[in-house]
Amino acid sequence: MSVLAEGSSHGVKRRVGASLRPAASLTLLCLLAALAGTALIALTVGAAGIPPARLPAALGLWIDGAGYQLLARDQLVLWSIRIPRIAAAAMIGGLLAVSGAIMQGLFRNPLADPALVGVSSGGAFAAAAAIVFTDSHLGESLRFLQNQLLPIAAFGGSLLTTMILYAIASRGGRTSIAIFLLAGLAIAAIANAGIGLLVFAADDRQLRDITFWLLGSLSGAAWAKVATLAPVLAIALVACLSIARGLDVLVLGEAEAFHSGVDVERLKRISIVLVSAMTGVAVSVCGVVGFVGIVVPHLLRLVIGPSHRLLLPASALLGAILLVGADTVARTIVAPAEMPIGILTAAIGAPFFLAMLLRQRGLVSL
Amino acid sequence: MTDLLEVQSVSMTVGGATLVDAVSLRIGAGEMVAIVGPNGAGKSTLLRMLSGDLRPSHGAIRLKQRDVHVYGPRELAQHRAMLSQHVTVTFPFTVEEIVTMGAGESPRAAARGLVEAALDEVGLAHFRARQLPTLSGGEQQRAHFARVLVQLARGEIKHGPGLLLLDEPTSGLDLRYQIDLVESARRRAERGTAVIAILHDLNLAMRFADRILLLHRGRLAIDGDRAAVMRPETIREIFEIDAAIAHTDRGVPFVLPQTMRPIQTRQ
Repeated sequence: MSVLAEGSSHGVKRRVGASLRPAASLTLLCLLAALAGTALIALTVGAAGIPPARLPAALGLWIDGAGYQLLARDQLVLWSIRIPRIAAAAMIGGLLAVSGAIMQGLFRNPLADPALVGVSSGGAFAAAAAIVFTDSHLGESLRFLQNQLLPIAAFGGSLLTTMILYAIASRGGRTSIAIFLLAGLAIAAIANAGIGLLVFAADDRQLRDITFWLLGSLSGAAWAKVATLAPVLAIALVACLSIARGLDVLVLGEAEAFHSGVDVERLKRISIVLVSAMTGVAVSVCGVVGFVGIVVPHLLRLVIGPSHRLLLPASALLGAILLVGADTVARTIVAPAEMPIGILTAAIGAPFFLAMLLRQRGLVSL
Repeated sequence: MTDLLEVQSVSMTVGGATLVDAVSLRIGAGEMVAIVGPNGAGKSTLLRMLSGDLRPSHGAIRLKQRDVHVYGPRELAQHRAMLSQHVTVTFPFTVEEIVTMGAGESPRAAARGLVEAALDEVGLAHFRARQLPTLSGGEQQRAHFARVLVQLARGEIKHGPGLLLLDEPTSGLDLRYQIDLVESARRRAERGTAVIAILHDLNLAMRFADRILLLHRGRLAIDGDRAAVMRPETIREIFEIDAAIAHTDRGVPFVLPQTMRPIQTRQ
């Protein structure tokens, strides 16, 4: 009733609506520093602890008076296990977060996530099928190619899933959020049924390989995997910058984006291929790791706004931070055993997703 | 004067239903044209074909002597700008960011001046930092109009007078901003822009345009001046209501639907 109360409520309203956003370069610098810090911590902890004091020597920066044997062990652990694993975690985190952000832009829907709507499952199914196939007599001749075949198969599976999803969920330039999420669930169920069938048909050795895709783990990360991830991430990040403005304008709707001069069909094709390639290659290395693609872009939008030119590179960095951190927790929390990282990200991400749903309940009608 | 837009017998057929039936038009630079007609007359379909968004089943649309589908999307956007109905924005872009989207890939400094001018023109300069989804429907509509004005201005700097298409531009706007919008469009027309707007409100259409296209069941029933449309017989036939026609002091006709009690006009 009082003038004071009215004034203050007006002030609150203004503050909610107004946006004070940090500068782009500052945001990226902070994220870069945070990534470096997280990686440093990740280097020192693990089944074989390397105290920070021994880290420079083990990294080969200088030799101090430490015992030669300890140094050799440290170097072995760092260079052949920990560093490739951290690098792989960072790249996968980047891939998952950026593919989530692109998918959300494409579907104009902050709840889109490749893992949630079955794109990861589609990739995992194709990868599992590739394992079983190359292991069978039929695919024997291709067995030596298994390492190369897995990412390609996962990409194919993801691409097919994304295209089906797009065809189902968008009609006449509009996408229905409800149909999109439900179709995603159905597609994920189909892919999981396929994986189940493969599990049923697989022998013990194949089973171990396939189970790995179901839970998601970085334990197999080695330099060879890093070599698979790096070019895809590099190409995807460059390609991202070329579609950033288009994704911004697409928020107006497909027709309006066309009126504004965006080649919408081309934008959609590039986005679908990018999302599928990034998700597919990530799945082929570490299996299904969910919710990174939904949590990271959402948190960033709250701070830096929704413009994709900054959102996409920032998502890559925050995704890397999140996954390096999560992987560090996953490999230390039940040491010497390891928790599959997919379980960890789901345990953190799913409640977060529910919170997002609750916050949007009043705003967006499904 | 050469025609900016040439429409040759365009039709749109979807699943056996003819939404637009053999419409032909010529619109020159600087013309203000209102499209009116009952619901389902094919107004939006026609406008979307003019914008190059929908491809007609038959006929051709030529913008500045070239088929509208020969232009690439980016090039086309520099010759015509369009404001659609019901644009919903799901991400928290600010008003300024949305309006800047009209500037395309033009350099930041060049875009800035256009964005400032457009924000001032629609009266949203003080809301520039507000997130668009937090604004009212009418305010959002004004922001989108500002975005379209920026796009039009950017194209006209490069290529001369262009085409401005407006689909129900006044929906959700209060009376003051309805008039402001009409005035904004008129200023563009005076500088050579060809403006075509779909308007539901016949009275607003009369204030808006000197040339009226009356669409009825997909056909162009009348292409003429105000007097040609504003006749009780025409209103009865097309809109199926009885109406009285009166005139303002300046001679602009306005319509009073007779299902309501007629308002006592002061003589």
